[in-house]
Amino acid sequence: MTVRLGVPSKGRLMEKTFDWFAARGVTLSRSGSDREYAGMVEGIEGVSLVLLSAGEIPRELAAGRIHFGVTGTDLIQEKLPLWEHQVAPVRELGFGFADLVLAVPKAWVDVDTLDDLDAVAAAFRERHGMRLRIATKYHRLVREHLRHGGVADYALVDSQGATEGTVANETAEAIADITSSGETLRANHLKILSDGPVLRSQATLWRSRTANASDTDRRVIAGLLEKLET
Amino acid sequence: MTSRRETLALAAELRAGFEEAGAVTVETPVLQPADILLDLYGEEIRARAYVTSDALRGEQMLRPDFTVPVVQMHMADGAEPARYTYSGEVFRRQEHDTDRANEYIQVGYEVFDRSDPAAADAEVFALIAKALSALDLRAATGDIGLLTAAVRGLETTEARKSALLRHIWRPRRFRGLLDRFSGRISVNRERAALVAGNTPPCDAPLTGRRTQQEIETRIAALRADAATAPISAEEVGLLDALLNVRETLPFALENLRDLAVDLPSVTDAVAGLEARAEALDKRGVDLSALPFETSFGRTSMEYYDGFVFGFYSARRPDLPAIASGGRYDALTRRLGAGAEIPAVGGVLRPGLMLELGGTS
Repeated sequence: MTVRLGVPSKGRLMEKTFDWFAARGVTLSRSGSDREYAGMVEGIEGVSLVLLSAGEIPRELAAGRIHFGVTGTDLIQEKLPLWEHQVAPVRELGFGFADLVLAVPKAWVDVDTLDDLDAVAAAFRERHGMRLRIATKYHRLVREHLRHGGVADYALVDSQGATEGTVANETAEAIADITSSGETLRANHLKILSDGPVLRSQATLWRSRTANASDTDRRVIAGLLEKLET
Repeated sequence: MTSRRETLALAAELRAGFEEAGAVTVETPVLQPADILLDLYGEEIRARAYVTSDALRGEQMLRPDFTVPVVQMHMADGAEPARYTYSGEVFRRQEHDTDRANEYIQVGYEVFDRSDPAAADAEVFALIAKALSALDLRAATGDIGLLTAAVRGLETTEARKSALLRHIWRPRRFRGLLDRFSGRISVNRERAALVAGNTPPCDAPLTGRRTQQEIETRIAALRADAATAPISAEEVGLLDALLNVRETLPFALENLRDLAVDLPSVTDAVAGLEARAEALDKRGVDLSALPFETSFGRTSMEYYDGFVFGFYSARRPDLPAIASGGRYDALTRRLGAGAEIPAVGGVLRPGLMLELGGTS
């Protein structure tokens, strides 16, 4: 057995994760060609690199198939119920910042808060005979946020991509999505509700609470954590 | 651990008891069309029920309770008056507590009867209390009708009343609205500017299905609300006093009668409660030991609109209600396509009864 570290398999998130570990004396790299999802670890013995889609890392951590994983807070909280029981945050990595926000058409000058959204949802249902639709892929987080805010008469519609376009396409009246700069929202004539995001997320190193570890693994884990302290 | 066989045996015994009381046994499908439940409960039901689907019938839910299908069945072709009993699995999705069962047996008793609502309330409560008499349980009772009557009687606009009524079952949101309508918290800056007409014109085009006219209507409503006098501190005080009534039934009644002098809108609801107390007394329920709480049943996301009750184990506060029920006249109206009938019912959980070490 080795200690398994799961890292996003492509893009800026992978590159920045590699940089973050390299700055702490642990060199991660893809072995072989760019298309092969196998990796190498230098600078510490007994750790192997598993390259995965960022969205699969929560599940792999919860199942204990990897000991450590890098992914966003948003994905951990959306995909893992009772996430605190299954994973523990080790370090926030200081990149991959993104907020999960609720956004409505900018022309809705009468809507700034969840309180407004609830009032509009009630009127919308009366007028259109359907509940106000919110497009998102973060169903659980958004539902809990709206419950907490006391919003009723809405419906979540699933949107796995191009969520900002759903309002103009009239498949939703509002959206809940991840944004870092808000530029896509502005380009689609949407504005963010003013009473705070559903969740603030950043790339985070997580430790599985369920993965088995031999005595050797434990020593490796202690050594790895020590290196990452700095 | 209680075996399924024991649970089913107790369920059959309980159901037989309800048949003896005059109920007809009914069955309902496990798979329920999702649209009706979504329409009733909103998106929240997705957090509580298992949703599945196929290409032909679309979304369906594993029945989270029997009441909705039993009401539908009755409204479609039931004779009046009617008494029904049933037993079977219900399914509840769990996302926060791994100790809560996601599948369990319920046995229920439902009464559809116009003649004497108070007597029907007492009948359901007394039958369920009797079935539980071997267990040392704590009863809780309440009446959602008191609060709705008090809200309807507030000296304020219909718009404010309907906003409050819409959130009766969300106490925190209800409180937030009441605080705003009574001037205890002021509106935010954006809202104040909008009402005053000081919002710069929006440079973005309007997208989506909500129209400009709807936006104008809401702005007009906000302006009208801003010009409305706040709900008086006195009225809010009375509402609070009403919500804080928590005594044994005879003392609660005394309290509520006093309150009704200043809050005449609840007079009918208090009279209804008195009639129910008499009917319970006739059924042999010890009123002096029966708790009453105006706020009971407000957080359960249910369809109850009058009498509500539950039975809990004081020894095992970790367990959910062993039995619960209430009156749901409005549900029959919503599912009845124009028809309606006063209805009251309750369910027992034989699995929990066995876990507590007792049978009927």
